[in-house]
Amino acid sequence: MNWRSARTPAIVLALVALATLPIWVGNPYYINVSSQILLFAVFALALNVLVGYGGLVSLGHAGLFAMAGYAAALMLQAGYGHLAAILTGLLVVLASAAVFGLLALRSTGIGFLMITLALGQIVWGIAYRWASLTNGDNGVNVPTRPAPFGLVLSNAPAFYYATLLIFLLCVGTMMLFVRSPFGASLRGTRDQARRMNALGYNVWLIRFVAILFSGLWTGVSGLLFLYYNQFISPQVAALQTSAEALLMVISGGTATLLGPIAGAAIVVIMKNVVSAYIERWNLVLGVIFVAIITFMPEGLVPGIVRFWKLGWRAFRERRAPAALRNVVEPPP
Amino acid sequence: MTALRVERLSKSFGGLRVTSNVNLAVEPGERRLIIGPNGAGKTTLFNLITGELKPDGGAIYLLDRDITRVPSRSRPHLGMARTYQIITLFPRDTIVRNVTLALLGLSPLRWSPFVDIDRQHELTERAHAALARIGLSHIAKRPLAQTSYGERRRVEIAMALAQNPKVLLLDEPFAGLSIDERRDIKQLLLEIPREVTIVMIEHNMDVALDFADKITLLHFGEVIVEGTRAEVVDDPRTREVYLGA
Repeated sequence: MNWRSARTPAIVLALVALATLPIWVGNPYYINVSSQILLFAVFALALNVLVGYGGLVSLGHAGLFAMAGYAAALMLQAGYGHLAAILTGLLVVLASAAVFGLLALRSTGIGFLMITLALGQIVWGIAYRWASLTNGDNGVNVPTRPAPFGLVLSNAPAFYYATLLIFLLCVGTMMLFVRSPFGASLRGTRDQARRMNALGYNVWLIRFVAILFSGLWTGVSGLLFLYYNQFISPQVAALQTSAEALLMVISGGTATLLGPIAGAAIVVIMKNVVSAYIERWNLVLGVIFVAIITFMPEGLVPGIVRFWKLGWRAFRERRAPAALRNVVEPPP
Repeated sequence: MTALRVERLSKSFGGLRVTSNVNLAVEPGERRLIIGPNGAGKTTLFNLITGELKPDGGAIYLLDRDITRVPSRSRPHLGMARTYQIITLFPRDTIVRNVTLALLGLSPLRWSPFVDIDRQHELTERAHAALARIGLSHIAKRPLAQTSYGERRRVEIAMALAQNPKVLLLDEPFAGLSIDERRDIKQLLLEIPREVTIVMIEHNMDVALDFADKITLLHFGEVIVEGTRAEVVDDPRTREVYLGA
């Protein structure tokens, strides 16, 4: 079986596994861990739009992640409903992404990375220091979760299914985006910006729209995070959050759809599950990343595909001479 | 009407004057060859014409329209296309996707985020037609990374031609090619209809001189000689530039 023919059954199997996860996992703690994986996968997929397809490495996406969460949390604290809070969160994150884009797109490469890092730190600084608005280090509590169409999301399975729905919507959107002319244009700006300009593309605008698209999905994941924890604090906007999201993308495989999801799963499982058994889980996480970068520099998912292809080819080559022997050497 | 006109175009990098009051008038359908020794300012002139560099002074007209202040990304939409001296393609994509990107560059479809690019049959057919024109349709789906240098040169030209330009700027299209590949590219360029005006930079005189209606010799950013092949070849200043006094 080659990789392409294995893909469809694998996707069907994954969908069935995801849809039935609360049944076969059972334990609410692990269902919540699964919700975390899905919401961070949305975050990583959003960042992957820039890192993987746009060639723009951002270290400030935690700022956008937190902006959406804080905007919604403050709206709820002010007495507004969930719908208003969510819409405000998305509008704020779009506006923030526009500001990020306007400032950061003055440069590319290391310059882009440094500007986004600085912008992310500004958001963290505001969340930490503007205590009269954000309640500083104490954060903002959100007492309730939304109940869309009367469906209560307060228990672990219900919230998992809501997160799964948004995750699948995100994956579907990303699949369309990657195959679209705009996706091809964005990849073109990553590979040959000068050539794209000479072909009539507005490279700056393509990158700017990509930042808005990425920012919007980052905001969605930020809102999921807010409702998952029912709490947000400056720690969410810290550099560590941006770095972890970037690690999810790079370790899983940039410019792939499955890579950021796999990366999110690794990081969340290490943080939530392995940390319960191994005190120095950070060390284990570091070793895993070093191993991935050493043996699969393209990332975990493309690396596994490469090894699969190599193994399949070796398997076929081992079988071929035997078949040939049967033809040339007739049985006695 | 001129297809491309350049008036008193100037450009300096710091204290170094790389283009000095260059005047150029290329008639519609003309094949103009720009020659000159290394560092003469030929590619800089192309970069000024395409808008990749901003001139310090002077004006550029495309089909009698002043495009001096038109952004470089808008010039292909007005009928200008170019190729690069150093091949500038998309190595992770297939040959046909490279040409499709050239077609998308002039299409509003390029902003569409939610349609499948592979299902845009009209676009794909046009890309295949552009490849058929240069004899590469049989390897259209081959990844660019698996193609030869000569094939990539052809892809560059296919991408430029796919945009149906009125003025085509070719920056050393024969550079680095074998004798056979040069012959093929020359034949390909000869087959381009006269509706397309071609301005070409080239060092390889064997193939380029036959191709040109008029030749412009640049030296230290200035136009030294301009005329027909015989006029330029016979001019003593040409020999002085290439062979020394």
